[in-house]
Amino acid sequence: MPSSALTAAHPLKDVTASDSALRRFLHGLPGVDAVGLEGRAASLGTRSIKTTAKAYAIDLAISMVDLTTLEGADTPGKVRALGAKAVKPDPTDRTTPSTAAVCVYPDMVAVAKEAVAGSGVKVASVATSFPAGRAPLTVKLADVREAVAAGADEIDMVIDRGAFLAGRYLKVYDEITAVKEACGTSARLKVIFETGELSTYDNIRRASWLGMLAGADFIKTSTGKVAVNATPANTLLMLEAVRDFRAQTGIQVGVKPAGGIRTSKDAIKFLVLVNETVGEDWLDNHWFRFGASSLLNDLLMQRQKLATGRYSGPDYVTVD
Amino acid sequence: MAPVFDYAPAPESRAIVDIAPSYGLFIDGEFVEAADGKVFKTVSPSTEEVLSEIAQAGSEDVDRAVKAARRAFEKWSALPGSERAKYLFRIARIIQERSRELAVLETLDNGKPIKETRDADLPLVAAHFFYYAGWADKLDHAGFGANPRPLGVAGQVIPWNFPLLMLAWKIAPALATGNTVVLKPAETTPLSALFFADICRQAGLPKGVVNILPGYGDTGAALVAHPDVNKVAFTGSTAVGKEIARTVAGTRKKLTLELGGKGANIVFDDAPIDQAVEGIVNGIFFNQGQVCCAGSRLLVQESIQDELLDSLKRRLSTLRLGDPLDKNTDIGAINSEEQLTRITSLVEQGEAEGAERWSPACELPESGYWFAPTLFTNVTQAHRIARDEIFGPVLSVLTFRTPDEAVAKANNTPYGLSAGIWTEKGSRILAVANKLRAGVVWSNTFNKFDPTSPFGGYKESGFGREGGRHGLEAYLDV
Amino acid sequence: MSEKSEQQRLSVFKTYKLYVGGKFPRSESGRVYEVTTKTSAADAAGKGKWLANAPLSSRKDARDAVVAARKAFGGWSGATAYNRGQVLYRVAEMLEGRRDQFVREVADAEGLSKSKAAVVVDATIDRWVWYAGWTDKIAQVVGGGNPVAGPFFNLSSPEPTGVVAVLAPQESSFLGLVSVLAPVIATGNTAVVVASEKSPLPALSLAEVLATSDVPGGVVNVLSGRTAEIATPLAAHQDVNAIDLAGADEVLAKELEIAAADNLKRVLRPQPVDYTETPGIDRMTAFLETKTVWHPTGSLGASGSSY
Repeated sequence: MPSSALTAAHPLKDVTASDSALRRFLHGLPGVDAVGLEGRAASLGTRSIKTTAKAYAIDLAISMVDLTTLEGADTPGKVRALGAKAVKPDPTDRTTPSTAAVCVYPDMVAVAKEAVAGSGVKVASVATSFPAGRAPLTVKLADVREAVAAGADEIDMVIDRGAFLAGRYLKVYDEITAVKEACGTSARLKVIFETGELSTYDNIRRASWLGMLAGADFIKTSTGKVAVNATPANTLLMLEAVRDFRAQTGIQVGVKPAGGIRTSKDAIKFLVLVNETVGEDWLDNHWFRFGASSLLNDLLMQRQKLATGRYSGPDYVTVD
Repeated sequence: MAPVFDYAPAPESRAIVDIAPSYGLFIDGEFVEAADGKVFKTVSPSTEEVLSEIAQAGSEDVDRAVKAARRAFEKWSALPGSERAKYLFRIARIIQERSRELAVLETLDNGKPIKETRDADLPLVAAHFFYYAGWADKLDHAGFGANPRPLGVAGQVIPWNFPLLMLAWKIAPALATGNTVVLKPAETTPLSALFFADICRQAGLPKGVVNILPGYGDTGAALVAHPDVNKVAFTGSTAVGKEIARTVAGTRKKLTLELGGKGANIVFDDAPIDQAVEGIVNGIFFNQGQVCCAGSRLLVQESIQDELLDSLKRRLSTLRLGDPLDKNTDIGAINSEEQLTRITSLVEQGEAEGAERWSPACELPESGYWFAPTLFTNVTQAHRIARDEIFGPVLSVLTFRTPDEAVAKANNTPYGLSAGIWTEKGSRILAVANKLRAGVVWSNTFNKFDPTSPFGGYKESGFGREGGRHGLEAYLDV
Repeated sequence: MSEKSEQQRLSVFKTYKLYVGGKFPRSESGRVYEVTTKTSAADAAGKGKWLANAPLSSRKDARDAVVAARKAFGGWSGATAYNRGQVLYRVAEMLEGRRDQFVREVADAEGLSKSKAAVVVDATIDRWVWYAGWTDKIAQVVGGGNPVAGPFFNLSSPEPTGVVAVLAPQESSFLGLVSVLAPVIATGNTAVVVASEKSPLPALSLAEVLATSDVPGGVVNVLSGRTAEIATPLAAHQDVNAIDLAGADEVLAKELEIAAADNLKRVLRPQPVDYTETPGIDRMTAFLETKTVWHPTGSLGASGSSY
C-alpha cells in the first residue's frame, strides 16, 4: 500500500508552507461547472445494471457499507446487534459478504470491537466532536486518542467548516494533520467535509485537495446530520479529485459518500460513478465505502430477489 | 479482489415495435404504392438486417402529394388557430404515449443508441409539437404584424441523423401556422416518418395536411422543384443546399436551409476541465458525431493541451460502443455504408496529411457499419480534417495561444453553425460569444437543444431559424 | 454696374466619382458614361439633357469595394448601437443642409418638378431619422430570452450578416436608394451599393454626405455603371454575405440568385415596394442573423443546515 502522506520532498508540499500559498493553490484548481457536473452524474445514473452485473454490484456494495449508528440513544445492546448484523448481514444466506465496518461514537468503540472480533469487520469511530466539530483542538484530539486507544481501526473526523468558509485553510490543514498524527499508524483517517455546508462544488473540490494534502486516507462527504448529504454529483467530484491527486502524487485516497443513500439502486449508481471515473482500482472496500444504515437491508432484499426470483419484504431481513 | 465490474447486456425490448414487411407512401391520408411501383429496402445499420421494404416516390407521386396538400390547404389554413393547436397537442401527446416504441424504432432504423433516442430525440420531438401547438392561435401576437398568413404547401426534405426530430422541427411549425406539408424522409431512415403518418391518423388529422414521401435525392429534387410548392425547407448537406437554392432562384418560394458545420469547441486554460471533457465528448460523439452542429474542431489553449488530452483520452476509453439497443451503449452504428466510407476516407486523408490518429482500444462488431471514436492531434487549419465536415466520430484537435487567435481560428471556415466556449471567466464567455460567427454558441455546455431556442447557421451553414418564435417566420408570409 | 456682371457666370461642373473605402476614386477602368435628365413619356424620342459623366464601374471596382466593406465590417458591427444611431442621424443633418442640391439632382434624375422633388428629398431625410432610431431597438424587438426547459440562461440576439451588396432601385434614385441602404447599415452591416443605372447622381452625391457624416470609410461604398456588369461579380463574390436585388429585373434577379447560391448568400428578391410608405422592419431582418447563446445557471449551491 502506498504511503498516505506526501514526503517532504514532494513539490506539492510547498503549497502548504503558508496560508497564502495554500490559498493560492486551492483557488488555482480548475473550477467546477455545476450544471455540467450534475449532468454527468445524472447521465451515469441512467446506466442499466442487470443480472450478473447486478449480483456482483450488490455484493460489492454490501462489502463497502460502513454500517452506522450515530444516535444519542445508542446503547451497548444496539451496538452489539449492529456488530452482529455487520458480520452476518443475512443469517439465512451464509454467502452474503460482511460489511466493511461498523461506525459508532467513540464511547461505543470497545463494545463494537468486541461484537465484530475475529470477523475482519473494522470498527470506525466518528471523532473530533462529531458532527459539529465545534470544540477546542485539544478536546478533538483527546476524542480521537480515546477512540484509537479503544481499538478503532478507522477515525471519521469532521473538518472545521467555519475555518474553511472563513478562508483559513491552513488552520483546517493543521487540524487534519494533528488528527492524522493522533491516529498513529493503526487507524486510517476519513476526513468529513460536510459538503452540504461547504455548499459550492468549488469548495468541495478545494476541501478534497486540502484533505488529501493533509494526509487523509479517505475523503468523506457528510455526517448524515444535515439536509444535503451524499449526492451523485458531490461524490463524482470527489472521485475526480482522488483520481487527479493520485495522478500527481502517486497516492491513492479512498472516497466515502455518507448519508441519504438508502436503496440498492442508489448504491449501484454510486458504483457506476466509481467504475467510470476512477475504475476498478477503487472498486474495493479498502478504497470506497458507503456510510449508511438502512441501505444494507435494501441491498439484502435485492440480493434475495436475485437469488430466488421473487420480491422480498421487510419481514425477511433483520431489523436491528 | 473481485472480477471486473462488467455491465451485463441490458437490451431494450424490441417487441415493443411492430415493423410491417412493407410500407407505402402516405398521400392524402392513405398509404399507397408508388405510381411506378418502385420500392427500396431500409436496413438496420447495426446488423445490416432488412427491416422493411418501402415504396419509393417518383415525380408523379410528388405531384399527387402536392395536389393533396394543396386541396387540404384551403380548409386547414381556414381553421381557427385554436383548432389547429388541438390537433398538434394531440400529436404531441400521442408521441409521448408511444415514445418508447418510437425510440426503439428510431434506434433500429438509424443505428443510434437507445439511450439517445429515449432521452434526447423523443422527448425533444414531443416538446417541439407541444411548443408549436401553443403558437397556432397566437400568431397575431408573434411580432409579425396582425393576421400573418401561411404560405401554402411546404416541401420539406429531412436528413437521417435525427429522423423524427427533424420531422418535428419541420412539421410542427408548418402546421401551427396553417401550411400543409409534403415531407421526404431520408432513404436510410424512412420508418419513423411512416409511423408518424399513423400518429396523424390516430390524431384525426384531416387527410392531405401531412404527406410523407420516402425516396432518394431525386424525390427530394422533384419536390423542391414542384411549381405548386410555396415553401421549401431543407436540412442536410451544404452541397445539396446550394443546389436547392439554385433550383428555387427566380421563384417566389420561400427557402430555409439548415446545412453543414465544422463547429469549434474552444477550451481556455481556466476552463472547468472535467466538465469541458464531458462537453467535448458530448460535442463530437453524440450520435456518433453525425450532427451538423457537432463540435468537430477542438481548439485548446496550448498551455493546457497535454493535461486536457490526457483527460480526454482517459474518458474516451470508457465509451461503450456496440448494440444500439443496449441501454448502456454510448456509441452506436454509423448510419449507412456510404457514410462509413466517407468517414473512413476523410480519416485516411487526415493520416496521410500528417495528423496523428488515436482511438481507444475498442472492439467493433462484425456486421453493421461501425467506426471507433477517433481523435486527431497535430492538426492545422490547412488539413482537410480541420475544414471538411466529416459527420462522424472524429475530433480534430488544434491549439491556440490567445483569445484573439481562438476566435480567428474558430471563424476561419465557410460554415457558421455552432461553437463552444469553456472558461470560468464570465466576461470572456461574453466577449468570445460576441465575436463568434455561429448561430448557436454553447458556453460551458454543448449540444443542448430546446423547442424554444432558435437554431440555425451563419454563412454556408444555411439561413433561417428553426425553433422558438423565430421558427414561425419561415412558414409565414412576412 | 460693370460689364462683367452682365455676363452670366459660368458654373463649375462637378466631377462625379465613386465612393470606395471612404475615398472618391474614378473607376479603375477609366471609363465613364453619360448621364442625362430623365425624359418624360411625351418626349421619349428625344434625349435628355446632359448632366454629367458618371464613372462606369468595372468588376475590379466591385472587388475593391468588397475589400473596403469587409475591412470596415468589424468596426461598424462592433460599434455600439447608440453610436450607429448617432451617425445615421448625422447623415440626416448633413442632408438637410444640402437639401437644395438634392432637390435639384432628384428633379433632374427622376423628371420631377422642384416641389415634387422636394417632397421626395424630405421623405429621404426623414427615412434616415427613422432608421437612426432603430439601431438600438431592433435587438429588443427580434431578440430575447428563450425559456428553455433546463438550468440554462438562453438568449437570442440579432447580428449583422456581413457585407451586403445592394442593387439600388432603378426608378427611385434617392428615396428608394436610402430605403434599401439605411436598413442594411443601421444593423451593422456594411454595403456595396450599385446606384440606379440611369440615375446615379443622387447616389454619388449622397456618398459625399456620408463622407462628412462620421460614417466610417468602407461602411458604404457606392458604384455607378451598368447594374448587370457590377452585380454579376458581386453576386458570385465569396466574401459577400448577402444581396438585395431591388434594382434587378426579373431575368437578372434569377441569374444573380443562382450565382449567390455558391456561398449561400442571403437573397432579398425584388418585390414591388411603395417607398413613400413607412417601412416595416423586413429590410433590417433580411440581413440579420440570429445568434443563440446558452449559459449554464445551476443553483447557488447545496444548502446545508445546522444541528
